[in-house]
Amino acid sequence: MSQATRVVEPVAPSLARPFSRRIWTPALYSAASWAAAAIVTKALPDVIPFGSSDLFAVLVGVGAAGFVVLAFASPASGRLRQVLDYYGPWFIAIGVWLTLWEFSTAKTGWLPKPFFSAPTGLLHVYVTDWQRLLICIGYSLKLWGLGFSLGAAFGYVAGVALGWSKRFAYWGMPILKLIGPVPATAWIPVTFYFFPTTYDASIFIVALASGIPVTILTSSGVALVNRAYYDVGRNLGAKPWYLISHIAIPSALPHTFVGLFMGLYYSFAVLVVAEILGSKYGLGWYIQFQTNYSGYANVYATLVIMAFICAGLVKLLFVARDRLLSWQKGFI
Amino acid sequence: MATPATALRPASPPAISVTVIVRDVSHVFMLQGSTLEVLDKINFSVAAGEFIALLGPSGCGKSTLLRLVSGLDQPTAGSVAANGEIVDKPDPSRILVFQDPTLFPWTTVWKNAATGLAARGVLQQQRDRVDDALKLVGLSGFEHAYPHQLSGGMAQRASLARALVNDPALLLLDEPLGKLDSLTRLTLQAELLSLWLDKRFTAILVTHDVEEAVLLSSRVIVLTERPARIKAEVAVDLPYPRHRDNPKVVVLRRRTLGTLGLET
Repeated sequence: MSQATRVVEPVAPSLARPFSRRIWTPALYSAASWAAAAIVTKALPDVIPFGSSDLFAVLVGVGAAGFVVLAFASPASGRLRQVLDYYGPWFIAIGVWLTLWEFSTAKTGWLPKPFFSAPTGLLHVYVTDWQRLLICIGYSLKLWGLGFSLGAAFGYVAGVALGWSKRFAYWGMPILKLIGPVPATAWIPVTFYFFPTTYDASIFIVALASGIPVTILTSSGVALVNRAYYDVGRNLGAKPWYLISHIAIPSALPHTFVGLFMGLYYSFAVLVVAEILGSKYGLGWYIQFQTNYSGYANVYATLVIMAFICAGLVKLLFVARDRLLSWQKGFI
Repeated sequence: MATPATALRPASPPAISVTVIVRDVSHVFMLQGSTLEVLDKINFSVAAGEFIALLGPSGCGKSTLLRLVSGLDQPTAGSVAANGEIVDKPDPSRILVFQDPTLFPWTTVWKNAATGLAARGVLQQQRDRVDDALKLVGLSGFEHAYPHQLSGGMAQRASLARALVNDPALLLLDEPLGKLDSLTRLTLQAELLSLWLDKRFTAILVTHDVEEAVLLSSRVIVLTERPARIKAEVAVDLPYPRHRDNPKVVVLRRRTLGTLGLET
């Protein structure tokens, strides 16, 4: 489209420009695919009822109407338009996906209950169980927050020590290599013995999952610091603590961030398991609870929430990294 | 940097140059069980305020010798003394400037230049010295730039500023201009010279550029292949600034090349 515009422009800019620029065409396709989802939901009879299908039809219908408005009202250029242009294909695909999903589950039963759920089924879970889900989100974020920050803090300190001190590395590295590959959840029996409450045990499991990659990556980052930087520091009168805090640590920060990203994913993965340990709330607990009662729609609905939370936290970490590592721009 | 008027403030103690005596220095590297002899009984001395050049083939151990003089490494045998005291550890009064600028990429030019003062905990009282040093090397206006934004020449100037902030009595230059393009190299040679003429610190320049050695130093010490021994010493008794086309410079250059076994 823009290709064609560019070719035509020199010949007849006044003709080529107005139409293609004014209407944001992908929005029309998006509106069509979302409207299809609404129509399929509303017009076809349910083979398997999931509930909330009217609300779902309204929501995607409003979405479709929104895209029609966007098609005509979106700015012809600028930042917002760039974002819209970038995500245009995704908007279309989401409509197509919702249509096919609803059609193959609720409308035909090709994908049967209880193993599969329709998008209306997920929406129904949110509508009916939102209070409990909110409480679970709160509990999970608290557990994850405590576990991840403790794990990251201890892992960071241990990583710097292992990377810096030969003696520390002599004793520490073999231990780290032994416990590193063991899944954090394998420690559950031991943690029951060592921790006063199961909640503390859960925090420990999450902390371990996030702490180990932070430790490994930070220590290798510190060990890989260009020796010449230390020479410069020593020559200029720096004491060991200055070499650690002002040379080893900032130099290793890119590695530390890789460890933090890995730790974030691992800690989220073990969150579900950690919450089996005697929790009364939490997304992991909720998933377990619903699995036992074959409430797979609830399970899927919760997984979607977890995916969004995880993606949001990853995004936050990226923002932090880009701020702290802006000096790297010349290297990457 | 070219204008002596912008000297460091008198608040700082005036640079006290230092006499260096290198006595019977031998050095051996241990490499996976085998030993590599790098230096073999090197003897020379540098008078306070003198500018000498160490010249020799690549990999002959010149850089090692400079590290020993700085105190970053200890010689296997023999000793290095600065003003009569044995050098057994690095000190901010003897600063080594590397071939690579080795600026810390994670921080700004200003903070890089301030490293020495910050490391010794005196930055708060002496912030002006950082500004002055950057001005001296012509980097005013680049205080907030990051190293990756600098050209090779500018990065090496920043590295020089980081050394000068500490008012070194002995400046050890390890091919500091070796990786620069020829134009920048000529400019920085002149600036380095005027800096030395202004401050009169003791300077030891390692180079494999014969012309650079003859233009800048009062004495050229020529080393052999590894393990390095002193092969010859060429006195360059000419007034500064020297021009590369000056017939006496040309003669000395040819004579020095001759000591390296190269005729022109």
